[in-house]
Amino acid sequence: MDFSLSPEVVEFRDEIRSIVREFVTPEIADRMHTTGVFDAPELNLELGRRGILERACPGLGKGDPIEMYVMFNELEKAGAPYDGLAVALMIAAVVNKLGTDEQKERIIPSIISGEALVCMGYSEADFGSDVASIKTRAVKDGDEWVINGSKMWTTLAQVAEWLILLTRTDLDLPKHKGLTMFILPMSTPGITVEPVHTLGTEITNATWYDDVRVGDEAVLGGENNGWRTMTTVLAFERGVMGGTNAGVPLLRHFHEWAEANGVFDEPTTRERMARSVIDMQVATLLTMRSAWIAASGGMPGLEGSMTKVFAVEAYQRASRWTQATAGPAGLLQFHEEGAAGEGFVEYDARHSPVMSIYGGTTEINRNNIAERHLGLPKSR
Amino acid sequence: MSVDLGLSPDQESIAELFDGFFSNEAPPAVARAAEPLGFDRDLWNKVIELGAPGMGSAPENGGGGASLGDLVVVAETVGRSIAPVPLVDHLAALSVLTDADLVSGEAIAAVAVRPADGNGLWSLVPTGAVADVVIGVDGDETVVVRSTPPMSGPRNHGSMPIADRSAREGTRTVLGSASLFDTVLDRWKLLTAAALVGIADAAKELGVAYVKEREQFGVPVGSFQAVQHGLADLPVAIDGGRLLTHKAAWALDNVTDGLLDWANNDITDGPALATMALLFAADAAVMATDRSLHYHGGYGFAEEYDIQMYYRRARGWSLILNDPTTVSLSLADRLFGSVEG
Repeated sequence: MDFSLSPEVVEFRDEIRSIVREFVTPEIADRMHTTGVFDAPELNLELGRRGILERACPGLGKGDPIEMYVMFNELEKAGAPYDGLAVALMIAAVVNKLGTDEQKERIIPSIISGEALVCMGYSEADFGSDVASIKTRAVKDGDEWVINGSKMWTTLAQVAEWLILLTRTDLDLPKHKGLTMFILPMSTPGITVEPVHTLGTEITNATWYDDVRVGDEAVLGGENNGWRTMTTVLAFERGVMGGTNAGVPLLRHFHEWAEANGVFDEPTTRERMARSVIDMQVATLLTMRSAWIAASGGMPGLEGSMTKVFAVEAYQRASRWTQATAGPAGLLQFHEEGAAGEGFVEYDARHSPVMSIYGGTTEINRNNIAERHLGLPKSR
Repeated sequence: MSVDLGLSPDQESIAELFDGFFSNEAPPAVARAAEPLGFDRDLWNKVIELGAPGMGSAPENGGGGASLGDLVVVAETVGRSIAPVPLVDHLAALSVLTDADLVSGEAIAAVAVRPADGNGLWSLVPTGAVADVVIGVDGDETVVVRSTPPMSGPRNHGSMPIADRSAREGTRTVLGSASLFDTVLDRWKLLTAAALVGIADAAKELGVAYVKEREQFGVPVGSFQAVQHGLADLPVAIDGGRLLTHKAAWALDNVTDGLLDWANNDITDGPALATMALLFAADAAVMATDRSLHYHGGYGFAEEYDIQMYYRRARGWSLILNDPTTVSLSLADRLFGSVEG
């Protein structure tokens, strides 16, 4: 095996690192935690201006999955707010793969320039993991589609330009077959956004759709083909676009505090820290494997499930022991004097629980592994 | 030079050859019959015919010149089969030993993984019960001692041929300073890690096969989600351990002055990666054997079933160097610097 990045990728990584150094400032981190919007427009625009988003987007530009892995890994390790960027790039890739020429021309440039974000309307109040059972309806009315229903966890809906929306278009077909995906501007009349505040500071949303009217130009990937569009989105997302090394900045913040407070000489702390460094390394290798499989022409769906299960629990372990080791200082929040890791220790303890829930719960991923990797019978 | 995380065609052939060899010549009954000593001379003679003992040695010394990545593949097959032959220890010792009878495998080499005590005693040396040659540290020197093996040792959890050996009695050669031994120990950690990945992989296979067959309440126990989720963690740990082990092999073979930049998760230092691989693979093997044994129900506890042999070796092979805390702290020193004072 070869674990070295090609000289071209190293150059690409170094460019990302220099952008990160310039744009990912403490002020940006502060802003994400005060506004609840985990996005940095100035960072997105710079990445867009330099052609990096186009270059990294699957199917566009260079479209090298190794580069995409490197880009999100660098952003994540630096603690940059990259959630908006990840979703936007993933949707740009799907539009590029399944969209019409007209959709590509209309939508992709706004994303790869770093200007437009996309929010995702999949889950509903009653349908999370069982997303194929969603009830939001799209009904044909002449040349138009009329959409009615509601969605949950529509994160970034308050700032996004585009919405990708999973709807039911045929009640008679089996649940996976009667779905259609739409992509439409958030400015379309009939959409209401209400904030949902979360434990991890990030503000997500509930969204309502009341007689939202769009034409066929908003159908993405074909009528009643919504599930295929959905799985295409997931295939782009799983494992490569961040979310697998969230413990790295935490360890850095914790270490700084532990050194300054004499805690880092404790053998227990050093052992736990060494163990977490191993976990982070394994998590990045599993991620790199997904990227390598994609770069070799494969679809790393199952490997993405494996990576997510491991990486998320590794991060949660790190969060648990760093906070416990810090004791009372691990309870103090950002800007409080004496807060461990400048408040990140406390923040990560609030943020880490969501990671085993969104983007496919740990249970759904374990089902995948059991059924598809180990060949065990379907258990539900 | 760029990312390639698959086995090379050569390595695929090596894996196939050794897996085939061990499944023909060393099914679990062979490991069982070799207990408690944990050594089968006839099987070792067949390993010699295969050319395996010297495959990592330099061609000019009569060896096969295999890369560390190739040896990792071999060590994993040893773990998968729990074959009662000291190939892992021998290959590690031969990172610096070049004697012709060691390269051929006629003589067996062991690695004294912990330094000798004040009286020159290496305690509980893995393969020490059967090795003709032992390499290790005595005081501030790396020494090689050739002496008659005891061919017995304390009965132990992993049915391993371990024994105390003297660093001073016998034909003793001083190879150099103690730091010379680091290369040997790095390779020992690496190959032991790979063998532990093999143990974990075999335990997973045993467990999955069993829960597909075994029925309770009229259905295979493998159809229960609680059982499935316990097993689903295993391939994740196995793949992670395998990748980490191969990265360590790659770094030891190709990287000088590797990075120890843990704060950015940028680690290419071979010795650190070898220790990381050992710790991680040990956990993977312990977890895999633990769960697989458990999902066998009462039969997992019965001596008649093979999983208990894997269960004991997972612990035996991972603890023979030292307790995991001590190993973790040595890793911490390398990653973060030693504690002052």
